[in-house]
Amino acid sequence: MKRHSLTKFLFVLPCVFAFVMVILIPFFYGLYFSLTDWNGVSPTINFIGLAHFQRIFTQPGFLYSFLITAGFTVINVALVNIVGFALALIVTSNLRFRNLYRAGFFTPYLIGGIVLGYIWQFIFNNSLPALGKVLALQGLQTSFLSRPDSVIWAMSAVNTWQYAGYIMLIFIAAIQAVPSSVMEAARVDGAGYFRRVFRILIPMMANAFTISLFLTLTTSFKQYDMNFTLTRGGPATRFLDQPVKASQLLAMNIFDTAQANYMAEAQAKAVVLFVALVIVSLIQVSMNKRKEVEL
Amino acid sequence: MTLRRSALRALAELAVIAMLLIFLVPFGMVVINSAKASKDILFDTLALPSDWRQLLVNVGLIFSNPSVHYANAFLDSFVVTALSLGIIVLFSSMCAWALVRSRAAWATILFFAFVAAMVIPFQVLMFPLVRWMRVLGDFIHVRLLQSIPGIVFAYLGFGCPLSIFIFHGFIKNIPYELEESATIDGCSEARLFFAIVFPLLQPIIITVLILNGIWIWNDYLLPLLMLGSNGAVQTIPIAVTAFAGAYLKQWDLILTSTLIAMLPIILLYLFAQRYIIKGMIEGAIK
Repeated sequence: MKRHSLTKFLFVLPCVFAFVMVILIPFFYGLYFSLTDWNGVSPTINFIGLAHFQRIFTQPGFLYSFLITAGFTVINVALVNIVGFALALIVTSNLRFRNLYRAGFFTPYLIGGIVLGYIWQFIFNNSLPALGKVLALQGLQTSFLSRPDSVIWAMSAVNTWQYAGYIMLIFIAAIQAVPSSVMEAARVDGAGYFRRVFRILIPMMANAFTISLFLTLTTSFKQYDMNFTLTRGGPATRFLDQPVKASQLLAMNIFDTAQANYMAEAQAKAVVLFVALVIVSLIQVSMNKRKEVEL
Repeated sequence: MTLRRSALRALAELAVIAMLLIFLVPFGMVVINSAKASKDILFDTLALPSDWRQLLVNVGLIFSNPSVHYANAFLDSFVVTALSLGIIVLFSSMCAWALVRSRAAWATILFFAFVAAMVIPFQVLMFPLVRWMRVLGDFIHVRLLQSIPGIVFAYLGFGCPLSIFIFHGFIKNIPYELEESATIDGCSEARLFFAIVFPLLQPIIITVLILNGIWIWNDYLLPLLMLGSNGAVQTIPIAVTAFAGAYLKQWDLILTSTLIAMLPIILLYLFAQRYIIKGMIEGAIK
């Protein structure tokens, strides 16, 4: 291997150039903007320090978005991984049409958040109430999207529907990598099915959980598309005596702030999202990694 | 097989079929209601359509709509996705190979920079990116906003960290001896990569294509910000939201537009389903 080579330099150049232009420069440019009074209209931009950061943490709308995003993330990390793991267990057993099932469960992941948000808006607002009438079930007749206490759960159901099949594939890969002789030996030794799954399978595929938890955590935390087309942040509710939007997740709060021409404030909120995401994912990955080493 | 085990198996089979139905019912809802007129949807959402020809009427209404150019959006989405995938695969694999086969410190630093960048959420980049693309475009006299080359370049930037990471993991496991013997035979580094290494990457290229393809085809925020909601270039997610925004609660039209938006992916999936699932599973272990 040559230590310095022009070819290798030229090979990394296109990606490095795009990376610097699209990620690195906007990232630092954005950190700077969060400390200014940039409004997207006025040509002059003044440095104002940490004023936005002090202000946003006193805004009920932002605090509320932050809290429900955290709640939404916790619900989804649990639901997506449990459903995804259960599906993976089922479709790796010796069922007749397991390839068909795999393909079917993965299908929602192919449809983007925008399109499936509309589909589920229709289901929650039209199909389920119609079903409620047929079955004479009072609970189904008002849409889950119109109640502040159920809307986050409705979004979580859609999010689980979208991502469970994808997470299932990651778990399938991990389950297939566990030697079948180990599971077989435990069976011969008299360990029941659930004991084998919890004591052998799950510990042996700990690295898959590191990946799947990281993916579900970050995608839930950054969720925007489905939130936008399913609820647009609605319905209205109150928090700290102020009117807020019951399902406005953090990403939507940032976008709406920018659309009201508070660009720098939106940027400051985005920086908070970034910092929170880094802290939470670092904690998650290091905790999971410790589990992996314990093997 | 004992009676108890076969009973358990039948139970598992029933459970999985029930699950699958729950997973697929939303698609069924879209299909049956895309074939109804607006009043029939409100009157009876759950029934099968009385006349399937209404589906063609609805599709016709969408493609002939004067304000949202659906056919153009299809073409633009296709061009943007195809070009982005092409350059992401080419440049990311080149970059990953150079990083794996270089012992210099910069290669390690660069690789970690790419990996670290994967935690940066799009939200923190999106507004400064648009402003920076305008400034940069004016400076080099190339239109980067509302243009296909501009958004394809942005997709290379956003797509390359994960792609490099995946290629890097795969290339590490290719035995170096293979390349060494070619070097001894006097093969140049560039030829070595394109003639020997690149063909070996075929299975992982499929994974990279699928992961990036699903993302780019369905992406909403980047096209919204870089192309605009009613610019000359539009992608399908933008067209669908424009449509739904203009025809509020007209579910016959909205659902038909989502059906048309899904159709290309579903068709592709029906034919390439085996490779897609295999590629995703292989990519997961890497």
